[in-house]
Amino acid sequence: MEVLELARWQFGITTVYHFLMVPLTIGLSLLVAGMQTAWVRTGDVRYLKMTKFWGKLLLVNFAMGVVTGIVQEFQFGMNWSEYSRFVGDVFGAPLAMEGLVAFFVESTFLGLWIFGWDRLPKKVHLACVWAFSLATVASAYFILAANSWMQHPVGVEFVDGKPTMNSIWAVLTNNTALAAIPHTVAGTFSVAAAFVVGVAAWHLWRKRSGDDEHRAVWRSSIRLGGWVGVVAFAVLAITGDVQGKLMFEQQPMKMASAEALCHTEAPASFSIMAIGDVADAECEDVKTFTVPALLSFLAHNDFTTEVKGVEDLVTEYEARYGTHYPDDPRLGELAGQPIDYVPSLPVTYWGFRAMIGFGAISAGLGVLALWLTRKGRIPASPWFPRLMLLGIVTPFVANSAGWIFTEMGRQPFVVVPNPTGVDGVWMFTATAVSNLSTGEVWTSLIGLTTIYLALGVVEVFLLRKYVRGGVDGVMPPPADPTHEDDDKALSFAY
Amino acid sequence: MDLETLWFIIIAVFWLGYLFLEGFDFGVGMLLPVLGRGNTERRVMINTIGPVWDGNEVWLIVAVGATFAAFPGWYATLLSGAYLPVLVVLLALIGRGVAFEYRGKVDSDRWRRTWDRVIVLGSWLPPLGVGLLLATTMLGLPLDANGDRLGSPFEAVRWDTLLGALAFAGFSLVHGAAFLTLKTEGEFRAHARAVALKVLPFALLPMFAFLVLVQLREGALWTVITLAVAVLSAIVAWTRLAADRDGQAFAALGVLIATAAITLFGALYPDVLPSTGDPANTLTIDGTASSPYTLQVITWVGAFGAPAVLVYQGWTYWVFRKRIGTRHIPPVHTP
Repeated sequence: MEVLELARWQFGITTVYHFLMVPLTIGLSLLVAGMQTAWVRTGDVRYLKMTKFWGKLLLVNFAMGVVTGIVQEFQFGMNWSEYSRFVGDVFGAPLAMEGLVAFFVESTFLGLWIFGWDRLPKKVHLACVWAFSLATVASAYFILAANSWMQHPVGVEFVDGKPTMNSIWAVLTNNTALAAIPHTVAGTFSVAAAFVVGVAAWHLWRKRSGDDEHRAVWRSSIRLGGWVGVVAFAVLAITGDVQGKLMFEQQPMKMASAEALCHTEAPASFSIMAIGDVADAECEDVKTFTVPALLSFLAHNDFTTEVKGVEDLVTEYEARYGTHYPDDPRLGELAGQPIDYVPSLPVTYWGFRAMIGFGAISAGLGVLALWLTRKGRIPASPWFPRLMLLGIVTPFVANSAGWIFTEMGRQPFVVVPNPTGVDGVWMFTATAVSNLSTGEVWTSLIGLTTIYLALGVVEVFLLRKYVRGGVDGVMPPPADPTHEDDDKALSFAY
Repeated sequence: MDLETLWFIIIAVFWLGYLFLEGFDFGVGMLLPVLGRGNTERRVMINTIGPVWDGNEVWLIVAVGATFAAFPGWYATLLSGAYLPVLVVLLALIGRGVAFEYRGKVDSDRWRRTWDRVIVLGSWLPPLGVGLLLATTMLGLPLDANGDRLGSPFEAVRWDTLLGALAFAGFSLVHGAAFLTLKTEGEFRAHARAVALKVLPFALLPMFAFLVLVQLREGALWTVITLAVAVLSAIVAWTRLAADRDGQAFAALGVLIATAAITLFGALYPDVLPSTGDPANTLTIDGTASSPYTLQVITWVGAFGAPAVLVYQGWTYWVFRKRIGTRHIPPVHTP
């Protein structure tokens, strides 16, 4: 493998892995902040138990999100130094803002929240968890603004052969970003909701007969999770539709690839699923089950619009961006080779469907959980906890599939040309990579994946342990009240 | 002052914040096997930095992120040119961050011992690696006209950059011991102070050797003064520790790292990464800076963001200002 492939694998693995932790952190932190608010306002101990239990799981997961995030910040300079030099003027600013505005708040107020129980006034302590959780959303905003600029470069002019920012406002209010942000945040809620429903269902079912002093905790949790999951999916569907229409304008090739649409169609039908090899260039041997005219509607809100197919787009792209890579030795095997403008069709086609399908399954399970636990019911069937626990995985798969689709769907570009933007602000992935030896990138790829795998096993082990431990596992017996204040043990310590 | 110079100073300040803050929490981790004789003592140590270490680490993220925004060329060349040392720092920081959170989550000696090893390794390697990276940016790499590193993947690992690695690691060790003296009580504190006094004269030697080296190679007239203040601060820190004035000693170490950083970045200015081959390829603030518009944007963000950070991070240290002793450590509680 060449440096380019290794660097792409590394970016894919580290980013998808990082984004397994992130949605759970964002979604769960907001839910925990809500639970603690309920506790402070009502004084109902059920909400305190909920805050402590889900908060502990949040922390186990947050640690991994933080440490895998450090890699992301350094990776552009390490593996993609040409990219960093070319777009740093625009791309660096949101990253710096993310650090200054979001990361500092996140890490500082999380420390205050963890160690501040009983030490800070109740309301100040509550403000800390809100500061932390809102900072995770702010962090998502800045990083999505940066990613959206790669998908749809705005707010720049061309100076001395480089895109130069001329409007930070345009970068931060990029319509691509404004659609991606609610979509992604709803995705985080969907993850947190499924997690809460799965765990709460298991606890509820296990102690279904007899008395369980913590039953109210699991009941409230599963109802909350169910509703959040359903609402999140509604937001996902609406924002996803907006994104589809933007994609049709901004990245027609991604749209065509998502459908494996070889030939331009008017009206264009939407393919539900395909049998056969969607990567087949001839498109002849693929049988698809389609809904007539739906794709036109998804792209443009009417049932007649033409949607361009892959073949026509390739001709257009070749005319605009060239047919061959420059004959630059830095490009390795690709130097002087023809440019392949078509993303990996199986990945885009199935990635798009996996995102929608698993998202829908997750929402369906949320509805089912709400129905089965209505009016104080607890299902007796062992399939109830099994199904709900399995359901935890579905939004994770949907999130990953969505990102793999959107990032691989912009190939061969790392910065996608903006059809209505400044000419020349685009970049091939092949020209973005650092001038490194393969040995260096192999070392980091092996090093990172090894440590990620090992820590992933540990995280799952700890999550399971604390899930099984229930409320008693996170509520230590109260300290001896006879001590002087100065002698009192810390309310929480590592 | 032009914006390039301003941002060079701001990035130097971010690095200084990082060296000062995470310097002591690295030191605490380095000293874990020396001062932490039992689990309770180790927990005392970890809890002195428990609420704050993560916030301290953000200074590194922001130093690097701000470099990306203000001087993309500097960011790209340093991280790709010193690829393997950067990787070592990342792997070590990954292990360390998780270790603090996970160490107490299972009640077993074997589990704790494993994570303690990760903490120790994760507290020695990053200061060595960060010291090496900063030394690389001070002393340079062989560069081509594009800013790419020439030569082997190990160009950044030389005797002079290794001296920089030892410089920051040595400082962290002393700084951590002084911090523990400041934050603990009783017998443990006495032990920490004894260790601080013992290691200080030796552990700070690489720092001064490195400062003199950079001064001789690239220094200006005025950096001689800051270098002298740095030496003086070390002596003050030592005498204050001997007099059992831990707060003053810790402050003197703060002055030491501040003057050291001023000396180093002052000597480097207006370069950001010298080329050890053809001097025409040296990276400078002008050659690597972003456009004036971008610098203005991040200046506004910094003008509002940085003071806020100082206020709430300072408040955290105020909230957790109490000294900790073994009597404050609650019993282990896991599911």
